[in-house]
Parts: sequence; C-alpha cells; structure tokens
Amino acid sequence: MNFPADLKYTKDHEWVRIEGDIATVGITDFAQSELGDIVYVDVNTVGDTVEKEAVFGTVEAVKTVSDLFMPVSGEILELNDGLESTPETVNKDPYGGGWMIKIRLSNPADIDGLLSADAYKALVGA
Amino acid sequence: MKTTALTHVHEGLGAKMVEFAGYKMPVLYSGINEEHETVRTKLGVFDVSHMGEFILKGPGALDLIQRVTSNDASKLFDGKVQYSCLPNENGGIVDDLLVYRLTADSYMLVVNASNIEKDWNWISARNTDGVEMHNISDKTSLLAVQGPLAAKALQPLTGIDLASMEYYTFAKGEFAGCPNILVSATGYTGAGGFEIYFENQYAEKIWKAVMEAGHPYGVKPAGLGCRDTLRLEMGFCLYGNDIDDTTSPLEAGLGWITKFSKEFTNSANLKMQKEAGLSRKLVGFEMIDRGIPRHDYPVLDANGAVVGKVTSGTQSPSLGKAIGMAYVPSAMAAENSEIFISVRDKSLKAKVVKLPFYKQ
Repeated sequence: MNFPADLKYTKDHEWVRIEGDIATVGITDFAQSELGDIVYVDVNTVGDTVEKEAVFGTVEAVKTVSDLFMPVSGEILELNDGLESTPETVNKDPYGGGWMIKIRLSNPADIDGLLSADAYKALVGA
Repeated sequence: MKTTALTHVHEGLGAKMVEFAGYKMPVLYSGINEEHETVRTKLGVFDVSHMGEFILKGPGALDLIQRVTSNDASKLFDGKVQYSCLPNENGGIVDDLLVYRLTADSYMLVVNASNIEKDWNWISARNTDGVEMHNISDKTSLLAVQGPLAAKALQPLTGIDLASMEYYTFAKGEFAGCPNILVSATGYTGAGGFEIYFENQYAEKIWKAVMEAGHPYGVKPAGLGCRDTLRLEMGFCLYGNDIDDTTSPLEAGLGWITKFSKEFTNSANLKMQKEAGLSRKLVGFEMIDRGIPRHDYPVLDANGAVVGKVTSGTQSPSLGKAIGMAYVPSAMAAENSEIFISVRDKSLKAKVVKLPFYKQ
C-alpha cells in the first residue's frame, strides 16, 4: 500500500497536499481499499467555510457510506467534478485523479496537527 | 464465530471476511462490482454453507410442512423445489425458505442462517404427529455456482444432465467424484446456475473441482457483497431487510407463494387482509436525483411527510443506477409513482418501477 511521503494524513484516513494556503484533500489508499468499489462522492459544501473535523461530504461504496471530515478549517473552493461520472478514480488513483476537494486554509497552524506518512502508516498497521 | 468447511480457503485467497449471521464469511475477494459482473456474464462460486438445512421425514412430513408454510407443498414431486415462507401468528414472517421434496415422505427445508434456531423451534413446536426432524446444517456445505456458463462449466464433473434441468428442480448423483451430491437448479442471483449441497468432508474437493472446471470459462470466487447486489437487482427479498417478523407476505409481494387453497399458520387473517386490501406494499424504485438509498432511510411523499422506509438499496452494478426496495402506502405503489427518499436530511426524488430491476 502506498503512502506518499510528501503528503500529510489524518486519523480519518484522508490525505492532504499543502501548496501555499491551499490544501488538496482525498482519501488514502488504505481507505479506498477498505471501502471497496466507490460509486458516489457527495459533496455539497462548495463555497462554505467548514471547521476542522466537521463533515464536508460523504463517500459511498457499493455496500457502505462513510462521512468525509475536514482535515483543516477553511473555505471549500472546489470539488473534483471528474468524480461525478467516474467515482471509481478514487479506487484507481487515490492520490492523483481521485482528489476530492481544495480548501483555502483559514488557520495555517492546523497543518501542525496532521500526521506524517510514517505516523499514518503506523496508525493503520501498514 | 462459526466457520464453514471452506473458511480457510477463502482466507487463503485473500478474501475480506466479515461476520454474517454468526459465521465468518467472505464478503468480497477482488471487488463487489467485478464479482457481480462475472456472475452476470460468466460464472461465480459462492460458499453459502452458513444456510441451514433440516430434514423432515415420515408419513406426517407433508402435513406438517403444509401447516407451517404458506405455499402449497402438495404440488411438489420428487426432485422439485419450492420457494415458500413460514408465516407467524401476528401477520409477519418467521422466515422464507426452500422446500425440497426428496421423496413423498421426506423433505429438505433450506432456511436462512440467522434463523436456524428460530425456525427449528418454530417447526418443532408444531410437530404434533411425530415427524422425524434432523438439523443437518452444521454438517452440510452449500456452494452456489451461479452464472450463464455454469451448466457448461460443471457438466464434466457429473453424470447429471445439467443443461436439461428445469429451474427449481434438483437431482442427486456423483459430482466431482463424490457420491450422492444434491445438485439444485436454483439460486439467489437471477443469473442461472446451480446450488450444490454436500457433506463437509467433500468441501475442499468439490471447491477445487469447481474452480478448475470453471477456469476456462473465467470463473471467480464471489462473496456475500455481490450476492446482495445480484439479488437486489432481481427484486428478491432478503430476510431481515425486506421481510421480517412484522411484514406480511402479501405486502412483501409474496402473494404468489401464499396459497389459500389450504390452511396454514395465520391463513385466515392473511386471507382477510387480502380481501380487505393492503395498506402498504413493498415496491422497487430507482433514484431520479443523485444519491444512493440504504436500508432504513425514510420514504417521504411530495409534502415531506414520512410514509414508509427503504428496506434495501444499492448502486446497481449491472444497471449503473441507484435502486432500492421500500414499503410505501398502496396508493403510492403504482409504477412511475413519484416518491422521495430522505438521504442525510436531503429529500431526493425517486420513482416506483416494476421488479425485477434487471431483465435479461
């Protein structure tokens, strides 16, 4: 299982790529593998400012539905529109084409609370 | 947690294992969508040994079955299978089951794993004429080999002429070199194929033989995950979801296995219910708005009032759309009726459709 070292992670199995004050967020390889075939990513919070750890959407697999949690506080700028027609990209390419949202950080210090790749790996026992 | 005779085989194949009805069972191997597609187009092999089997024997066996089940078992002949249910005394369903006529005086009942003990006690309590009853669930394995290529793939393993077997019939014979194996042209997928019942001692040998015989046809092991999506596309009821102790067989669309030509548990009340008209019905629906219905999500009318609930729902792998079943008031049960499903506090539009969802 792949956990790129240049990303940050959360205990809720999301990854975060920080570029300036923009954070790109998706779910980890571990999360997509646990969920199985992903059939719908439901995010209706674009334009909203959402607090860290609040729910910003849900991801639906064939058998299960899971909430998606904000890794950092901020304004949700963009949703990955490609997932509307091909949600399975989250399974195939979780760190690339399977990204879900972009956030403008409202509190850059939130980054300090995120996990490193090694810490996340330890968390999931990978 | 109980295991089947093949649990270690599933684990060796890297299956994701879950607890289901007290058994450690494979929910998926490669992925639900891929296994689903394999069963619809080729063939897949399900270990469903968690299912329960009872043998009822003796001159009173048919009479007992007639009294506890809703379908008319007197129509059975040797080698014939019938879908039926055990109504309870309060208008609901104890379980749904298959009834196999082995001979005029001996029958096999196949019941849901989660209800083995409940059904056993229910039938035993009504066995007033000393019918011999055996619970052979723990020593019986069951493989469902499902898909359009099943007959062709399995034929080299047995002298039973598989292609000529009618749906809902069975035969006994040698299979994969094992004696006295019951091969049944039944299943829970709508894809065609067979269910094979045998003693646990043959499990590994038969599993291996089926996988080898299926190899040229693209066989895959299939888990309970796609078993559920396959059955839902057919509109088949799942006990505990779509039917339970509180749902009437008539409301559930099981009028076709509820025969008032005989008397059975609660038949008088069910007959009255039929004559008075049903207040609610189990219907199939597909989503119009984007969203996926799930068990227990509320069904709303156009004014936002809760009028029913979803019993099963999924994204249909074969149809590529979100489908479900729900109890709704009879007035909203007609095809194309507009209903709304409450998905995480959003009211999403859906419409009632005819079952099955998937048509060959």
